Amino acid sequence: MTDLTDAVPVPLTTRKDWSSDQEVRWCPGCGDYSILSAVQMLMPELGVRRESTVFLSGIGCAARFPYYMNTYGMHTIHGRAPAIATGLATTRPDLDVWVVTGDGDALSIGGNHLIHALRRNVNLTILLFNNQIYGLTKGQYSPTSEIAKVTKSTPFGSLEHPFNPLSLALGAEAGFVARTHDMDRKHMMETFRRAHAHKGASFVEIYQNCNVFNDGAFEQITGKEHRADMLIPLVHGEPIRFGADGQFGVVMDPDGSVEVVEVAAVGEGALLVHDEHRENPGLAFQLSRLSRGPYEPTPIGVFRDVDHEEYGEQMTEQIAAATERRGPGDFADLLRSGSSWTVG
Amino acid sequence: MSDTTTEPKSPHLIDRVVIRFAGDSGDGMQLAGDRFTTSSALFGNDLATFPDFPAEIRAPAGTLAGVSAFQVHISDHDISTPGDSPNVLVAMNPAALRANVDALPQGATIIVNSDAFDERNLAKAGYEGDPLGDGSLSAFTVYEVPMTSITTESSKELGVKPRDAERSKNFFALGLISWLYTRPVEPTVQWITEKYAGKELVREANLRAFKAGYHFGETAELFESSYEVKPAVLEPGEYANITGNTAAAWGLIGASLRSTLPLFLGTYPITPASDILHELSKHKHFGVRTFQAEDEISGIGAALGAAFGGALGVTTTSGPGIDLKSEMMGLAISLELPLLIIDIQRGGPSTGLPTKTEQADLLHAMYGRHGEAPMPIIAAKTPSHCFDAVIEACRIAVKYRTPVLLLSDGYLANGTEPWKLPVLEDLPTIDPGFASGPNHVEDDGTEVFWPYLRDEDTLARPWAPPGLAGLEHRIGGLEKSDGAGNVAYDGANHERMTRLRAAKVAGIAADIPLTDVDHEDGAEVLVIGWGSTYGAIAAGVQRTRARALKVDQAHLVHLNPFPADLGDVLKRYKRVLVPEVNLGQLSRLLRAEYLVDALSLTQVGGIPFRAAAMETAILQLIDELAADAKIEADEEGSER
Repeated sequence: MTDLTDAVPVPLTTRKDWSSDQEVRWCPGCGDYSILSAVQMLMPELGVRRESTVFLSGIGCAARFPYYMNTYGMHTIHGRAPAIATGLATTRPDLDVWVVTGDGDALSIGGNHLIHALRRNVNLTILLFNNQIYGLTKGQYSPTSEIAKVTKSTPFGSLEHPFNPLSLALGAEAGFVARTHDMDRKHMMETFRRAHAHKGASFVEIYQNCNVFNDGAFEQITGKEHRADMLIPLVHGEPIRFGADGQFGVVMDPDGSVEVVEVAAVGEGALLVHDEHRENPGLAFQLSRLSRGPYEPTPIGVFRDVDHEEYGEQMTEQIAAATERRGPGDFADLLRSGSSWTVG
Repeated sequence: MSDTTTEPKSPHLIDRVVIRFAGDSGDGMQLAGDRFTTSSALFGNDLATFPDFPAEIRAPAGTLAGVSAFQVHISDHDISTPGDSPNVLVAMNPAALRANVDALPQGATIIVNSDAFDERNLAKAGYEGDPLGDGSLSAFTVYEVPMTSITTESSKELGVKPRDAERSKNFFALGLISWLYTRPVEPTVQWITEKYAGKELVREANLRAFKAGYHFGETAELFESSYEVKPAVLEPGEYANITGNTAAAWGLIGASLRSTLPLFLGTYPITPASDILHELSKHKHFGVRTFQAEDEISGIGAALGAAFGGALGVTTTSGPGIDLKSEMMGLAISLELPLLIIDIQRGGPSTGLPTKTEQADLLHAMYGRHGEAPMPIIAAKTPSHCFDAVIEACRIAVKYRTPVLLLSDGYLANGTEPWKLPVLEDLPTIDPGFASGPNHVEDDGTEVFWPYLRDEDTLARPWAPPGLAGLEHRIGGLEKSDGAGNVAYDGANHERMTRLRAAKVAGIAADIPLTDVDHEDGAEVLVIGWGSTYGAIAAGVQRTRARALKVDQAHLVHLNPFPADLGDVLKRYKRVLVPEVNLGQLSRLLRAEYLVDALSLTQVGGIPFRAAAMETAILQLIDELAADAKIEADEEGSER
């Protein structure tokens, strides 16, 4: 393996350097385009190397993402990208490993791998494109689709209660949990930047519009004219406040739950001050439950950013400690570690 | 038993003996068998072992379901199986007797723990009367030894509670058998002393029980004499007694060292494969990374991710686990990355017989994936051969950039044999041969990296782990264009890529040894096997030859592709016999591939073949041929 020492400065790059020569083949108007742009525009700003960057994906529309990045990449199989990424990230701590996934990929077929990657705190940046529908298979309901949703596979309406991706990630005690949306490039770039900077598992949900099978799913909150009143920006150390005139805010009730109030009714001092670094994920979990769906005021930004030791690093430390204690492995000694005897 | 003098007598020399220790799962029979094996190994015998235990950790005490047994065959000459039937059965309770008595030949010796033969235990074992008193064991020599009471008595003054003291009775049995077969005492005493160093009472109780057993044999005048099996003549060198799973783990470390690739094991615990994980997890100072995944899929997925990153990626599994890994194997075939999948086969389908051996995954290994998904297959043939098989599998995986499936089984995994320790430098070198720069020039003169531009000889594609500038590339499970490796849906390219993948695997035949036939001039019968049947086939062949009859043996280590000359070899024989612990999987492949009338000999009883079964089948074929020859001769005669 090439040893990338800091002696060689990271070359200055532009968005073009990070774009592969492959034609992007999402449906015209798909929200994935703006997410791809945000990532490609962010990369030159991160001060990282293309050859040390890997994008992995599972299956679904979002999963084509790695083909469009001029980095190392792997388009794997349905739901398994976090597992494959775990093997890569733990053996190659020198790499930046990104996982691009969708609501079906990450929360249905791959739910198990996702929660365990988060629980172990593997050094991954996971971007979940949530469009609340199965796009690649042409329009069945997904694990984030709302109850009663009528789709090709639910002509009488879905019976299933949806997953809340952030609640799930926080339930798995992910160290970094955030939400952004495909209509705001600046917010996406800032959120991805934070996710990338976080050591350990980072999880970002991106509300992404599927204009073919679920058009307008987030329109009520992400539409330009609605944003001010419907998106609640979370800013560390600031009272949680939103609305065109800052007229709304979030307070914590005595039972620990959170709710939206009019600031005038409670006074500014009563507002909940956002703390990303709170060790207990309980309050972040409450914030993830504040909105029942993308039709109520919904928090975006970083819900939780807490540092814990990263999995691969710990594995490397165990190896170093064992080597320190026993010396580098000697094969002849290994063969004699049980009972051995000599003949002749 | 007429001789009752107390003079110490020199032990009777015998050339071999098969002993089976049997008791409740909680009686420590595996430990007793294992210790007996170790002291025999240190003594210099050749040996083979066969642990046989239930899937339940602690089935109800005293029942047939809970019987755990350990069979060991020790010999003064080269042997290849743990023995067809025990000469000696140690039965710690009625259930152990009942579960094993049918395996004994007439005249065998049975040593029972008579304390355990009370009404309750007899009833639990399903005995209506007491077999010790009803004459039903008259074909055997039965020794009744009150093991529990002597064991309890021996540690009484230590202040050990009788319930705890009783637990040392496996060491009593071990001591008794050690005396009976003149085993050195010191290794066991030392082992007990070290093993229970932190638990003084347990250590002392075990030591006393062991010695009590030994002295009981010496002084009880129960036994006519003791026996001795002289050391076998083994090639000079250093030896260890090794299980298949330990051999596999050490083989992985060896392959890692020889390839300079860091070893990454991604796996999920499953019987009987978990011991490879346990063993490797102890050796982190070799730079080994072991990852106990959330499931079987993640285990192989992480191993594949590590392989993408330039590690020696390995996953281990058995039974249901191999089903779950199928999709990821398909991805590895499509990505053309080195990956080793070790399948320790067990009885199936479904959960099947988790602790019992079977070799019924061969066709799954060959064909168990959607699409045309060829993958090399290697099979280990003895416990120690698991080491060599792992090295060979890694060599092929790395050289040809392909997943390789290595088949072992429960019998090899837990069985042991003495193994002459190899020297690291004598192992094959494995060159990772990573890509180092662009490999293609575009029409406009730009140098680029094509991830699917193949080596002309091996058809292997370049392996370019992340980290090298200029070699950035994307690969995936979608079909790729030949050469450039971009996503390609066109039929002609898919046809070419499908045939290239097949040709790459088929081409490995030029890089492996020709069929190794143990040949005698004039033999008309070939016995050909794969995997753990090796020992039983070899023993059956030897027995046949001891009758001055001719038979050849071949054993396949490479199952995909087969050795290049295999078809020619098979066609040289009038009869080809294929013994397998399945319903005829290799025989099917041989028939399909070479149009030979391969005869199948099968069993799926959860236990290995016996040499006698092999001998009978071989003799039958030789008889048939003789009869055919006679008819032909007669016909010729009458025509004249």
